[in-house]
Amino acid sequence: MDEATLIGVASIVTAGLTIAIGSIAPAIGEGRAVAQALAAIAQQPDASGTITRTLFVGLAMVESTAIYCFVVALILLFANPFWEQALTRAGG
Amino acid sequence: MNSPDALVFGQLGPLALSATLVYTWALMALLVFGSWLVTRRLSTGVELSAWQNLLEVLVDAIRDQIREVSRQPPDPYLPFVGSLFVFIAASNLLAIIPGYLPPTASLSTTTALAIAVFIAVPVFGVAREGFGAYLRHYLRPSFFMLPFNIIGEVSRTIALAVRLYGNIMSGSVIAALLLSLVPFFVPILIQLFGLLIGMVQAYIFAVLAMVYIASATAVRRGGGDAGDGVDEHEDAAESANPDAQGSAIGDENG
Repeated sequence: MDEATLIGVASIVTAGLTIAIGSIAPAIGEGRAVAQALAAIAQQPDASGTITRTLFVGLAMVESTAIYCFVVALILLFANPFWEQALTRAGG
Repeated sequence: MNSPDALVFGQLGPLALSATLVYTWALMALLVFGSWLVTRRLSTGVELSAWQNLLEVLVDAIRDQIREVSRQPPDPYLPFVGSLFVFIAASNLLAIIPGYLPPTASLSTTTALAIAVFIAVPVFGVAREGFGAYLRHYLRPSFFMLPFNIIGEVSRTIALAVRLYGNIMSGSVIAALLLSLVPFFVPILIQLFGLLIGMVQAYIFAVLAMVYIASATAVRRGGGDAGDGVDEHEDAAESANPDAQGSAIGDENG
């Protein structure tokens, strides 16, 4: 297996692992947050505006970890610096 | 990778006219010219033009949100936070126009917006309570928190930029992937979902900017001087808003 193939295999496997593992925790966290917010709205319907707004901001915070993983996975797949380097070295 | 940076329209001297640049300026021109057109002939009477009504609803909603999030008079923050929201929302919503790539799908744009927030936080903080009082924020709750406060300042800026970029860019990438897999109907649903995400992200960006600014300007609300109670620490922390609002709700009910 030459260098470029090795980098390609490692990148693809790592990208898959990154998004798979990295989305577990945010998914659990967001599920818990939504469940709590629903319970809170059921108890206090008057405060639903505040709860919803806080929920959205919190969800965005939690989700950003998953987004980081997604960005890293995309960089590995589409804009991999090592891959480019190997290609230019093979070409030149 | 469907990025607006990769699509270059032409060359203007040393400047490559990428789609990001062109659409950002087109968007700004659209917003400025549209607002100018609408506010040129404002009426104070009962009869409003539809566009004036639209802008009034928008400005009013933003003012209400700022007031609720920061618990301060909204006027000093309205131009900055309102512009952020309107720009990002318009940039994301216009994605339904074929051929248009939202400039917020480029990391450069979102980084610029996040840096604007990064600079605006100390500017508002110093303007409201003076230089020394603002710097003392970094020493709270104790001196040992100084490095963490500084790290937090930088990392939340990066988070702000990458969150917006990741959400908008992922929307267009997924739409492009689905278009090659299932060309019928499904991409439309994803596009609709993308519009919702774009709106929510614009809202979140503006609210987070407001929360950060509020946390830098909030020291006077507690009344006392440096940290005379739990309340003040909570106010200063950036995630304090839920707490503050929660206690306010409790007060109303009890």
